[in-house]
Amino acid sequence: MSIILKTTRRDFMKLAATATGGLVLGFHWMDSAAADIGVVDEAAIAAGSIDFNSYLSIATDGVITIYSPNPELGQNIKTSFPMVVAEELDADWSAVKVVQAALDAKKYDRQLTGGSGAVPHSWMRLRKAGATARYLLVEAAAKRWNVSAESLTTENSVVMHAQSGRKATYGELATEASKVLVPDEVKLKDIKDFKLIGTAVRNVDNPEMITGKPLYGLDFYREGMLYAMIQRPESFGKKIKSVDSAAAKAMPGIVDVVTFKNNVAVVGKSTWQVNKARRLLKIEYEADDAIENTADHDRLFKELLDSKEATVRRKDGDVDAAFKGAAKVITREYQCPFLSHAPLEPMNFFAHVRSDGVELVGPTQTPERARNATAQLLGISPYQITLDITRLGGGFGRRLQTDYVLEAAELSSIIKAPVKVIWTREDDMTGGSYRPAVRYRFAAALDAGGKLVGYKLRGVGINVGNSTREDNFPSGAVDNLLIDSVEHKSPITTGAWRAPITNFLAFAEQAFLDEVALAAKQDPVKFRLALLEKARQTPVGEIKYDIDRMKGVINLAVEKSGWGTKKNVSHGFSVYFSHRSYVAQVAEVTMNKGKPLLQKMYVAADCGIVINLSGAYQQVKGGVVDGFGHAMYSQLTFKDGASEQKNFNSYRLIRMKEAPDVDVHFVNNGIDPTGLGEPALPPTGGAVANAFFKATGKRLYNQPFANQEEMKGVSLGQRL
Amino acid sequence: MAQYNLQINGRSYEADVEADTPLLWVLRDNLGLVGTKFGCGIAQCGACTVHLNGNAVRSCTLPVSAIGTNKITTIEGLAPNGDHPVQEAWDEVDVPQCGYCQAGQIMSAAALLNKNPKPTAAQIDNAMNGNICRCGTYHRVREAIVLASTKMK
Repeated sequence: MSIILKTTRRDFMKLAATATGGLVLGFHWMDSAAADIGVVDEAAIAAGSIDFNSYLSIATDGVITIYSPNPELGQNIKTSFPMVVAEELDADWSAVKVVQAALDAKKYDRQLTGGSGAVPHSWMRLRKAGATARYLLVEAAAKRWNVSAESLTTENSVVMHAQSGRKATYGELATEASKVLVPDEVKLKDIKDFKLIGTAVRNVDNPEMITGKPLYGLDFYREGMLYAMIQRPESFGKKIKSVDSAAAKAMPGIVDVVTFKNNVAVVGKSTWQVNKARRLLKIEYEADDAIENTADHDRLFKELLDSKEATVRRKDGDVDAAFKGAAKVITREYQCPFLSHAPLEPMNFFAHVRSDGVELVGPTQTPERARNATAQLLGISPYQITLDITRLGGGFGRRLQTDYVLEAAELSSIIKAPVKVIWTREDDMTGGSYRPAVRYRFAAALDAGGKLVGYKLRGVGINVGNSTREDNFPSGAVDNLLIDSVEHKSPITTGAWRAPITNFLAFAEQAFLDEVALAAKQDPVKFRLALLEKARQTPVGEIKYDIDRMKGVINLAVEKSGWGTKKNVSHGFSVYFSHRSYVAQVAEVTMNKGKPLLQKMYVAADCGIVINLSGAYQQVKGGVVDGFGHAMYSQLTFKDGASEQKNFNSYRLIRMKEAPDVDVHFVNNGIDPTGLGEPALPPTGGAVANAFFKATGKRLYNQPFANQEEMKGVSLGQRL
Repeated sequence: MAQYNLQINGRSYEADVEADTPLLWVLRDNLGLVGTKFGCGIAQCGACTVHLNGNAVRSCTLPVSAIGTNKITTIEGLAPNGDHPVQEAWDEVDVPQCGYCQAGQIMSAAALLNKNPKPTAAQIDNAMNGNICRCGTYHRVREAIVLASTKMK
């Protein structure tokens, strides 16, 4: 069934035919209060003085240009957003050109990358934009040929009149289309008529990426620009006592050394020169806050787990009574370490603070936040600042932070010159922002029949505000439940890391449920399905997950993996709802010369309608590799307030040899897209830990797995 | 500072830099060849991979003074029109996510296939183990190398 979508003329602004002709449709990607409809001339477009610059333009030569507003960091939005527009437009995809839009808070809402939210947020808006443009072109053709619009069809950027055999390309019609009134209502396609959506479309930036064209912030160059590196405190909890920069200043190519806040910036004419000179800085630091060690965190976590004071997140029924009357109680604890985001492109940003305005260029997931923070820092209006978004060499949450943008802006304002601040890998691992360590304690009460009658979870975390998520499954399926959390405040800077909280919580929850199922003498899949059925029949409190969608991915993963039917393999199961999508995974471990080897991961995902099959497959495979790699290998530890791992020689990331095969399947249910940037990651650690247990009888309670006693002599991820 | 004459992508380049400057930074800051990426600076991630006389090397730890008349190839010079079989395979398999590591991956893969046009799965894994992909595109890197090996002449 197709949808009639109520649009308003306020959503769109049709621009007068430019000197070269053609149709330029300005539209808001999102619903937000818009300017009155009006016609804007070419001069205004060039001057950037209009309220719309999110263009969909169709030139007379047939080239269709679509501006993509959200930062691209590998989630493939720069390809999938335009695909949605092109679908409703019936555009010839090969003639579509995609351009990354600069920050424009007036024109775009939610111009950020995070929380797997861009596609769900923009889906209908993008469709409406494409459908509206198609309407204008069809109306133009109807007028030209004096036929009804209903008698016309469109395909591959061509309007056709079957009865008379007449055809006109979008390019030919564009100028006439620009004179048609924008409709009040627009009909969207029936999803079964999608031709482009759901197919595998190659990344629009492939030609540039595979030939080494400048795309990323680190590649940005401006004539006369200076390079800078910043020495930040060697440890968290320390501040500068004294700086001797004489030797650094005397080095070739060095223009200046300036100290601001806790930073000593070495400014010069090339990256290597500033990198060499900064090593000659003599900086004394003194304690300013707690100087922490990983051993302190370990001890603290154990204390906080027993704390009498905690923030209650969810409470259903009478937990104490349930545990008192239980036939069996299972209590387990899980811990995960600090992680670096480690996007492969190190932090960097270009800033040029002038008296008449500020120019910012670089990789950021949150351009608006970065600009507003800069405005606040410099005491100016955000509208005096422009921000160009480069392609991001990964983000994983690190570039949600604005620290590296602010440093560049502040430095430029001090030295009164255009400057790019470049972080080394060591800078980011020692002075960046991390996913904080966490420890969980779970308890389950089973009755004599093996039924889960009580459930407790306490999360103890660092700086995150809430180290748990209280409404995850099995919340709502257990009569007596208590979820609470206790936080420790640390001077170590922390922030969201891909799939915040659930990146570790999912492992702990899914590993725990596996143990509880076995203690209840039930198959781990059947145990979960029975709980879901209980949540449906007799829900307890609010249910914040979709039972049918969760069952859908469970059943698909069971079918594709051959759960319970294969011989000589050990399967581990997990299923998770995060952000807005559902993913079930089965890890397949085989024994090789007496040692377990992770051969394959089966994944069933429900992210609603898949827009780009190529991007979606890779998003899931990459998410599983990321989830497995970090569960297995990565950790940051602290000694005297400083991270002990400073680069990839000691901070271990997964490599090709260790990546298991990943078999991906999508649930086809026609639901509007619900996002895929993060949801494939959380379930992986649990599925792997459960399969490892099945194969060896040993449980993994702490990440990284590779460091655990149970893993001694085992290289789980190493391919044969 | 000293003057270096470098043979890069079949052309001659002049660079006036300090002797210990890694080739990576000469390429990026002095010559404007920014396709070669900085990821770690200690030859651990492979983002800076270039060819030195056809061999894959990490340019972030290769001082400019050690290069002499040896021939350097960067991602920009791998094929005149960006149509090296490895580049074509990368597009066809749609390998990149964020794409930042891919120039290095392609250079490592091209060096492997030059020496060993039909590598086994284990040989691919070994040759590519020095290249980190933080997005986790390893499956597609493998697939693209296998595809490229059928296109190599």
